[in-house]
Amino acid sequence: MGIRAEAGPRTLFDKVFDQHVVTAREDGQCLLFIDRHLLHEGSFHAFDKLRSRDAKVARPDLTFGIEDHYVPTRTRDLTAIDPAIANMIRQLRDNSARHGLRLFGLSDPAQGIVHVLGPEQGLTLPGLTMVCGDSHTATHGAFGAIAFGIGASEVAHVLMTQTLWQKKPKRMRIRVEGKLPPGVFAKDMALSMIATIGADGAAGHAIEYAGSAVRALTMEGRLTLCNLSIEAGGRCGMIAPDETTFAYLKDRPYAPAGQMFDRAVESWTALLGDEDAPFDREIVLDAGEIAPIVTWGISPEDAAPITASAPDPDRMNDPARAAHVREALDYMGIQPGQPLTEIAVDRVFIGSCTNSRIEDLRAAAAVLAGRRARIPGLVSPGSAVVKRQAEEEGLDRIFTEAGLEWVDAGCSMCVGMNGDLVPPGERCASTTNRNFRGRQGPGSRTHLMSPAMAAAAAVTGHLTDMRPLLAGRETGLTGEH
Amino acid sequence: MDAFKSLDAIACPLPLSGIDTDQLIPARFMKRSRADGYGDYLLHDLRFDESGQPRPDCPLNMPRWQGAKILVTRRNFGSGSSREAAVYALADYGFACVIAPSFGDIFASNAVNNGVLPATVTEEDGEALLAGLESGDGTARVDLETCEIWAANLVIPFRIDRVWRTKLLNGWDDIDLTMSHSSAIEAFQAQDSLTRPWLVPTVHGP
Repeated sequence: MGIRAEAGPRTLFDKVFDQHVVTAREDGQCLLFIDRHLLHEGSFHAFDKLRSRDAKVARPDLTFGIEDHYVPTRTRDLTAIDPAIANMIRQLRDNSARHGLRLFGLSDPAQGIVHVLGPEQGLTLPGLTMVCGDSHTATHGAFGAIAFGIGASEVAHVLMTQTLWQKKPKRMRIRVEGKLPPGVFAKDMALSMIATIGADGAAGHAIEYAGSAVRALTMEGRLTLCNLSIEAGGRCGMIAPDETTFAYLKDRPYAPAGQMFDRAVESWTALLGDEDAPFDREIVLDAGEIAPIVTWGISPEDAAPITASAPDPDRMNDPARAAHVREALDYMGIQPGQPLTEIAVDRVFIGSCTNSRIEDLRAAAAVLAGRRARIPGLVSPGSAVVKRQAEEEGLDRIFTEAGLEWVDAGCSMCVGMNGDLVPPGERCASTTNRNFRGRQGPGSRTHLMSPAMAAAAAVTGHLTDMRPLLAGRETGLTGEH
Repeated sequence: MDAFKSLDAIACPLPLSGIDTDQLIPARFMKRSRADGYGDYLLHDLRFDESGQPRPDCPLNMPRWQGAKILVTRRNFGSGSSREAAVYALADYGFACVIAPSFGDIFASNAVNNGVLPATVTEEDGEALLAGLESGDGTARVDLETCEIWAANLVIPFRIDRVWRTKLLNGWDDIDLTMSHSSAIEAFQAQDSLTRPWLVPTVHGP
């Protein structure tokens, strides 16, 4: 099936891509069939285009609506919130109803962040092409799917045709070999990778993550790693499916079942990249050298081990980099050369499609158990399913007894569309994916880090190496030995 | 969509790197319908202070750059969120071309879909262009047929994906193009349902 674009050994990306080519043009553009189209409240521009053409959704059975970007996290009552925000949610409801789409709305027991819900419900499978009008769609690549974010024009195109024109990107392999030290997680692996290659280091490339440290990650960790592919400039990142993947998928609500599951696994296994398949670029990182990482600037590449100090632009050779560093430190209110552990924090946010899964909450709770937070903070689970599980495990009580707010699932303070904002000038220790100027609210200052590091910042009130705080405590996470 | 052949216009220098889509349009402004226009929101928090007054040090507020249709900036422009509203804000403000050493991938493809040219130059040429605009008359000519920028005694080549160039030159809309392949799409689906019978999800689990 599909068009074999190239002979010879092929990577995982090549195999999945080739299998979805409906037709290829001489100029290299391929019309790709799309297996899963996920929608959120921002899709209204695309539905407006459909309306203007009087068009229908081509494959409602492959299209899913999820309320996540604008949903309130402290109430589920739309009459109690800003009418403009309620209107965004109602538009998705109306558009889903009009076109007969399965909608995971606020009252749904499976509601959550689109990139947490998809894997959790078994909508995300190996070998699929998946798109969503959200750049963090890269997350789903953890299962060996080609998953990427698209804009509103492309959302309209997929709604109307279930296809998308794409040119095959270059292939890049990032191998992380060895073993992560204790207290070092997938988030640290990802930030370390971005600090190494730059925020546009993977531009124009599809990333395949490989190596023993990647293989050792749980699905949760793999989702975190692939999530941040976009922060490295890549449009997608993927990991070859293996036993960890299949075990995670078995018995998920929307995953194939019984004999069909076995048949699917056989087909998914055949997607693994050929041993001698060529990559356009390869980066190798040593897992053993990765430390807990925080960002000090306004781009995810402005990241350093917590044991380091903020850089000094006067000591840099590259004038463009020095200009960026000066601008970043100025915005963040940090002195050149200031030790990172001396940076005081005003609040904490634990959540987002990067780090809101059950393992993330367990890691944060392991640090917080029996301790008090010195600063306010919000903990938003990635989905209603994660919320229930966390409550069954008693994690919610650990958060609330520490003084943090335990709220409902949604994108919340990661993007601030629902009104959960960091006030101007305040500094937030955040498990999210973006530390851009104003990302968490106008004038807000964001430091990216792992959930355990965010929890440690809550306990001490400043950026902190959480390893001593974690000593002797169970997190159940990859990276703990 | 209008075809883009060449453009003679004021070119506004914005010497910052990593202008992400959150800065191009902050999330809190994205509830508006496109029909109402997004131009007022472009680079909102760089252009206006907390009280809503224009910041005089922002080039977009300077008299000499009023009416600019070309924006010249530093690396990694449009990184971050896939929000097409970032391009709506640029286009509605009046920009038809952005020149930078690198672009966010999704941003660049969104730009092309809205007739805005993302022109990639080398870091060196970009710096020369920024300096040339400041000292010269502040105008530039962008020629998409020859992939050249003419400004302040400089002639700078730029790169753009070949397919994107064709789309911009012709003002093509993908949806019309794809509809002409509808029988191939149907054939693909018929064959695919045999090879991947698990593709359509049905609920069966807990």
